[in-house]
Amino acid sequence: MSISQISVFLENKSGSLADFSGVLAENKINIQAMSVAETSEFGIVRLIADDIYEAATILKDAGYIARITPVTCATIADKPGSLHEIIEVLNKEGIDVDYMYAFLGGRKENHAHIILKTADYKKTDAALSKAGIELLEE
Amino acid sequence: MGNYYQEEIECAAPEKIKELQDERLVAQVKHVWSNVPFYRKKMEEAGISPEDIKGRDDLHKLPFITKADLRDNYPDKLVAVPLSECVRIQSTSGTTGKRVVAYYTQEDIDLWEDCCARAIVAAGGSKEDVCQVSYGYGLFTGGPGLNGGSHKVGCLTVPTSSGNTDRQIMFIKDLKTTILCCTPSYAAYIGETMKESGMKPEDIPLKAGIFGAEAWSEEMRRNIQNTLGIKAYDIYGLTELSGPGVSFECSEQAGMHVNEDHFIAEVVDPETGEPLPDGEKGELIFTSITKKAFPLIRYRTRDICILSHEKCSCGRTHVKMTKPLGRTDDMLIIRGVNVFPSQIETVLLKNGYQANYQIIIDRVNNTDTLDVHVEMTPDMFTDNVGEISRRQNELVSALRSMLGLKANVTLVAPKSIIRSEGKAVRVIDNRKI
Repeated sequence: MSISQISVFLENKSGSLADFSGVLAENKINIQAMSVAETSEFGIVRLIADDIYEAATILKDAGYIARITPVTCATIADKPGSLHEIIEVLNKEGIDVDYMYAFLGGRKENHAHIILKTADYKKTDAALSKAGIELLEE
Repeated sequence: MGNYYQEEIECAAPEKIKELQDERLVAQVKHVWSNVPFYRKKMEEAGISPEDIKGRDDLHKLPFITKADLRDNYPDKLVAVPLSECVRIQSTSGTTGKRVVAYYTQEDIDLWEDCCARAIVAAGGSKEDVCQVSYGYGLFTGGPGLNGGSHKVGCLTVPTSSGNTDRQIMFIKDLKTTILCCTPSYAAYIGETMKESGMKPEDIPLKAGIFGAEAWSEEMRRNIQNTLGIKAYDIYGLTELSGPGVSFECSEQAGMHVNEDHFIAEVVDPETGEPLPDGEKGELIFTSITKKAFPLIRYRTRDICILSHEKCSCGRTHVKMTKPLGRTDDMLIIRGVNVFPSQIETVLLKNGYQANYQIIIDRVNNTDTLDVHVEMTPDMFTDNVGEISRRQNELVSALRSMLGLKANVTLVAPKSIIRSEGKAVRVIDNRKI
């Protein structure tokens, strides 16, 4: 039930994000969600695309190091309190969140999608499903 | 069938070698005295005449010649025969200053190619082999030297020169290349490129590689041997002396046999110039005793080595030298600490990174800074920022314990550091001192 996310290593220097988005644009890769994590030294771009395997191949051919990681994508109502609802479920199950990012709209109107990376996506998916939270599938 | 190209001389008794060296040295000293004003002047200044040199034991009486002397005498003031007797020049890359141009007679080329042929045979080569020479051809000695050696052995020679890596791999596969000759960093790059395209060592017929022209560590040897599925042999040489083949590794892969019928090797204290015994680390000095056009007497190589006359299991009797353990001139002094780029390479390989790096030294507020740029690799990349930082910190600690000083590590994009197809630029020193 997880979805696939692609993570890419970027050097932390000016222009490297522009080069990267250029490759995506040139190859007409449609981005559904994206986040950039950075340290002072380097960055990791994480993104969800229409066809993740095609995107990974194109990026590897362009010389990037890319890795595909399974992540959980929860769909929640666009209203106060709904984020807390899922975090609370994870908290009770003792599941720690490594990182998360969110995007609005997307595949379901008036809803938001939360992408969650935890140590064990299967356990996370099961816990959220059991609590009646809608999960996005590929 | 022995694995020697010239068994009689390669396995000659030490007394026989000494006799040959005595005789050739005496003749060579007379040759330069009579034909090169520079040498005569230097000897006169030192109060020496050719009669004082009766053999190898008198070698230490002769003055050294340095790279600066070669530059001062650019291009042909050290040539000891009429230029009409010369048939070729080769030249250094000039990365450390003005180029040095070395002249060859036909006989000089012939003997040089013999030396390269010995290296190829020692690596298991014979006329049944296909030998791909991926060293640069042209002024650089790598391509022409191994090309000539390969012809002498009777290998089918594939003169690809350096560059165009996809074509190199295509030829290795299609022509069934068994021996590859290039710089070790280029061999590693060919290996990486093969691995990326999903090729395994079993997919290619390569069995041996002869790699030289730059310093490389034992870790790098293991890495190349694994990715290419070969035995990797070191070869040493200097354009000033002839080119590759001054010394070469045998089946032991531990130290390089100096071709003592053509070169006398000495190790001296780099500070005092005093000769050092076997087993002691010092600057390597060479005297070419057969070279006619461009003879060098006691040339200071700047390479730090150890010599050994211990018996070698391969049967060769010629003295062995270690891989250069550093250079007196590429030794970096950072915050007063001596640092050799090869130490950094060793740490990178031990920690799972590749040997593609650049060292950048600067001086900020009167303190030296050391930055090491290392390429990210698919094996070292994870989706986890913390994990990457942890590995980076591990590398910083490993560098600190190896070098005794703090180095900053910057992870850079894959393949962003230019690979050497000739010689790698590993060190950028921005200090204005």
